[in-house]
Amino acid sequence: MPIRWLPYALIAPAALFLGVLFVIPLVQTGALAFQVHDAWALGNFTRMTGDLNFADALRNSFQLVLVAVPVQLCLAMGMAMMLRHLQRGRAIVLWVWSIPLGISDLAAGLVWLTILTDQGYLNSVLFHLGVIAAPEGWLTYETPFALFMAVAIAEIWRATAIVLLILVAGVQMLPKEYGEAAAVFGASPWQAFTKVTLPLLRPSIQSALILRTVLAFEAFAVVMALGGRNFPVLVSEAYAWKHFNQDTGVAAAYALVIMAISVAATLVFLRLLRTPVEQQT
Amino acid sequence: MAGVVIDGISKSFGGTVALAALDLDVADREFLALLGPSGCGKTTLLRIIAGLETATTGRVLIGGRDVTQLPPRARGLAMVFQNYAVFPHLRVRDNIAFGLKMSGADRDRIARQVRRTAGLLQLEPYLDRYPAQLSGGQRQRVAVARALAVEPALLLMDEPLSNLDALLRLDMRAELKDVLREAGTTTIYVTHDQTEAMALADRIAVLHGGQIEQIGSPSAIYHTPATRFVGGFVGAPPMNFLRTADGRLMGIRPEDIDLVDEDAGLAFRVSVVEPLGAQTLLTGTTDGQLLRVALAGEHAIATGAALYLRPRPDRIRWMDAATGRAIAAG
Ligand SMILES: Nc1ncnc2c1ncn2[C@@H]1O[C@H](COP(=O)(O)OP(=O)(O)O)[C@@H](O)[C@H]1O
Ligand SMILES: [Mg+2]
Repeated sequence: MPIRWLPYALIAPAALFLGVLFVIPLVQTGALAFQVHDAWALGNFTRMTGDLNFADALRNSFQLVLVAVPVQLCLAMGMAMMLRHLQRGRAIVLWVWSIPLGISDLAAGLVWLTILTDQGYLNSVLFHLGVIAAPEGWLTYETPFALFMAVAIAEIWRATAIVLLILVAGVQMLPKEYGEAAAVFGASPWQAFTKVTLPLLRPSIQSALILRTVLAFEAFAVVMALGGRNFPVLVSEAYAWKHFNQDTGVAAAYALVIMAISVAATLVFLRLLRTPVEQQT
Repeated sequence: MAGVVIDGISKSFGGTVALAALDLDVADREFLALLGPSGCGKTTLLRIIAGLETATTGRVLIGGRDVTQLPPRARGLAMVFQNYAVFPHLRVRDNIAFGLKMSGADRDRIARQVRRTAGLLQLEPYLDRYPAQLSGGQRQRVAVARALAVEPALLLMDEPLSNLDALLRLDMRAELKDVLREAGTTTIYVTHDQTEAMALADRIAVLHGGQIEQIGSPSAIYHTPATRFVGGFVGAPPMNFLRTADGRLMGIRPEDIDLVDEDAGLAFRVSVVEPLGAQTLLTGTTDGQLLRVALAGEHAIATGAALYLRPRPDRIRWMDAATGRAIAAG
């Protein structure tokens, strides 16, 4: 049977691709992180954790994920449910809602910067409305809460659409009879949503959460554009260590921390939102 | 329990007319079958009664109450969907209890109803399973149990047996009839299978092109079809229609034709003989027109044989060849 090796041959290019562009760099990163002056050591990690910015970066990264991802999920879920009830124009609305996806991170960050900077649109509007007497700084280290909100809002604006697309795909795969059965058997729209739609969308929610959480831990350009070094996150610290401190070892240590967090988050979602075989459609 | 009145219901999808100004009365506790070929508007009518589709014109009354503007959940009915739509994420127990839970029934009533309907449909051993762990027939029973558990005033079923294989369908048909008679629920049952409609229903409404061709008891539909369409759609093999010299059609069921010895009857040449055991089915021509004859029992008849036939006079249904409508006996 010559067919036996065929599946392996077919996945070989993908495996090769992953090996060259993922596994090898990963091993190299690991080697960089755990070596100081060509000797195995944990020095890079002690330098990383000993740095003043490390705790801030860790806290900021987690705060950003814990605020942005749930908000994005709720927003996208609401948008997906609204789309479902549109009789016409659904494709156009979905297209408009996905526009942020087509804009690069950095451009998105700069758009929000022009809105939120000292001489930006927000201050102009507030000034003309008489809410503020003079331009307010929103993005300074003296206004950490406003800065955090600005970063979170920009990140939510930029990346809600990907969650939306995943959920819309999931919604479209649900046979409409389930919703109709719920309606016939007395469920209110809210009950139909919580008791039928939401549980049946679990696989899509799982995919969206994994993707968004991993990507939110890696948020970089938006954060840099708005916060610079006033709002350190893990990724921007890795960047700073590499480019300003010329210290590849500590940067690699950051990279490993980010990867460990991403893997852990993925495992948590895989476990928590598992759909047992017997409950699959 | 409740009767249903369909008052001038019509429905168009864009340009296509699915239902044309349809009137229908279903009595309390009656079992009505909506019978018709695929695409004739059966599902559309059922969905309008359920409130899942809005009618273009007309009213729906359930138990004397105008429900036309009400959402499905306010109509006091239950439905068995063609593909069951049993919730895959809920155990059989929770599927059956779904309607009662939504209406906020107390725990005792839910437990009692789950036990009762599961018993009725022989689902007790499967209460803790998920639908994916059941066979098609068992899933179908869960869909029926879920509907009966809410003790609906009106039960709607859309081809509930069409996804089952032939043998299982026969079993389930008898089972359904038994269960529903016991429950005494007003039932509207959609099917394209005429034997199913005949076997189950108190009355049958034959639908064709979005209109009702005839409503009546299974026996009336079978023996005195109002139109050529009904005669041709109900019965397997269908009614024969022989054109006569005066522009009429003689409708006669294949089993209402007898062999006669002398050449006093219609001359018939046999082209196909199908011995089915209980019946012998003959296909052939008389006077150049196709005719099917079903003789009781087994007969040694050869292909090409020339026979003489006599339709039973009291079983003949005369129709107008131009309109396809029955001519009043008289
Ligand atoms: N949602 C819809 N959009 C457009 N046409 C429809 C829709 N539902 C049904 N129809 C049309 O209405 C007619 C009746 O359909 P249906 O009620 O499903 O027939 P049946 O159940 O008797 O097979 C068909 O011609 C079908 O194509
Ligand atoms: Mg149908």
